[in-house]
Amino acid sequence: MNMPPSSALPVPATQTPTRAMVLTLGLVAAICGLIIVSAYEGSLSAVRDNRRVALERAITKVLPGANKTISYLALPDGAIVAASGGDAPVGALRFHAAYDAKGSLMGIAAEGSAKGYADTVRILFGYSPPCACIVGIGVINMRETPGIGDKILTDTAFLANFKALDTRLNAELSGLANEVKTVKHGTKTQAWQVDAISGATITSRAVGRAINEASQALLPRLVPKLEQIQKAP
Amino acid sequence: MSALPAPNPVSTWDDMMEGVWRQNPTFVMMLGMCPTLAVTVSAVNALSMGVATMLVLVASCGLVSMLRHIVPKEVRIATYIVIIATFVTAIDYGIQAVSLKLYDALGAFIQLIVVNCIILGRAEAHASKTPPVAAMLNAVGMGAGFTIGLLALGTVREVLGAGALFGVSLFGANFQPWVVMVLPPGGFFVLGSWLLVFAWWKKRKRAMSPTPITTSRSA
Repeated sequence: MNMPPSSALPVPATQTPTRAMVLTLGLVAAICGLIIVSAYEGSLSAVRDNRRVALERAITKVLPGANKTISYLALPDGAIVAASGGDAPVGALRFHAAYDAKGSLMGIAAEGSAKGYADTVRILFGYSPPCACIVGIGVINMRETPGIGDKILTDTAFLANFKALDTRLNAELSGLANEVKTVKHGTKTQAWQVDAISGATITSRAVGRAINEASQALLPRLVPKLEQIQKAP
Repeated sequence: MSALPAPNPVSTWDDMMEGVWRQNPTFVMMLGMCPTLAVTVSAVNALSMGVATMLVLVASCGLVSMLRHIVPKEVRIATYIVIIATFVTAIDYGIQAVSLKLYDALGAFIQLIVVNCIILGRAEAHASKTPPVAAMLNAVGMGAGFTIGLLALGTVREVLGAGALFGVSLFGANFQPWVVMVLPPGGFFVLGSWLLVFAWWKKRKRAMSPTPITTSRSA
């Protein structure tokens, strides 16, 4: 390209001093920081309320009739402590005890997750101590294919698996007596098997795995200490 | 209109309508295609995404315009991104406070408003050169245009893919939903069909008008 004669060049714009640039960025960052902090503070209580209501609703779905729920942590050393608002310690498992109107324990709700077809399937399941079985499941979050994978929410034959899914512990109380396992559609023979939905096997398996992994981890810690949380405090 | 105190009311009104129709971000400028295709599986999602984007757009254009005399041109893009990210974060908290269900449905696309080119494009091409009121009006128009674009996709996809509109069932239990419409390919089908409709309309209008009109300024 031919350079035009220097006299025709526009007057070069003066270079902005570094100080001005840093000051401007600092000012903008300060304004933005202020906006973010006020938005966070302003929405915090509403967000917390929303989360609490959503959790309570999910628990009532898997344990119908629950009147009051309290969150606990099962620590790696076997102790059970009430969950505080802050972060849970490493290795602690969170679960929710549901109490009926009289204040006695009616069931435990806990979360499990496993990789599904599109993304992680996060479920909440209800455990009933008297029958040592899973009595209901609900989905917290999933991105499964609409009309296919999301049948796990609506398929009545599939949901019937979770009316009394056997999760008894073995004699040493170290794990489940029988692993919860998803089997091919129509081949369920045992109370601890999950009959998959035909055409949505991957999502069905994710549900089975999520329950198995979560109960293998939680129940050995929880069952020996059930007495401790039998009554609502 | 001349009685209004605004310095140039016609141009301001034009500025606003520009985004709604002539320069519609979805159908004319083809910007922000990522949320357009991804979140429009239902009318409610489309509407909320459109409104969220509009709020970010208006707020950031307002602030960019207010700061336009003091921001050195060397650091302007960095400044715009910081401002946009700020308002996206605020909207993110706001949606969580309104509805967690909606928040889960929109997923990562709320945070991804930051990289929506409509917003940075407006900040750079318009708000950094105009006073705050005009910049915000233009942003309202662009946001409305984007919302209309999303709704055009969201309503069609929900009606065909779920047999419902805004969650209200339309056809009863015997309707077999076209599941493909709420899957990613459905987004492309519906967007393509809308573009076809607009292209056909533009062609017809051009054929009917005696003098050739330009597409960008056809008043």
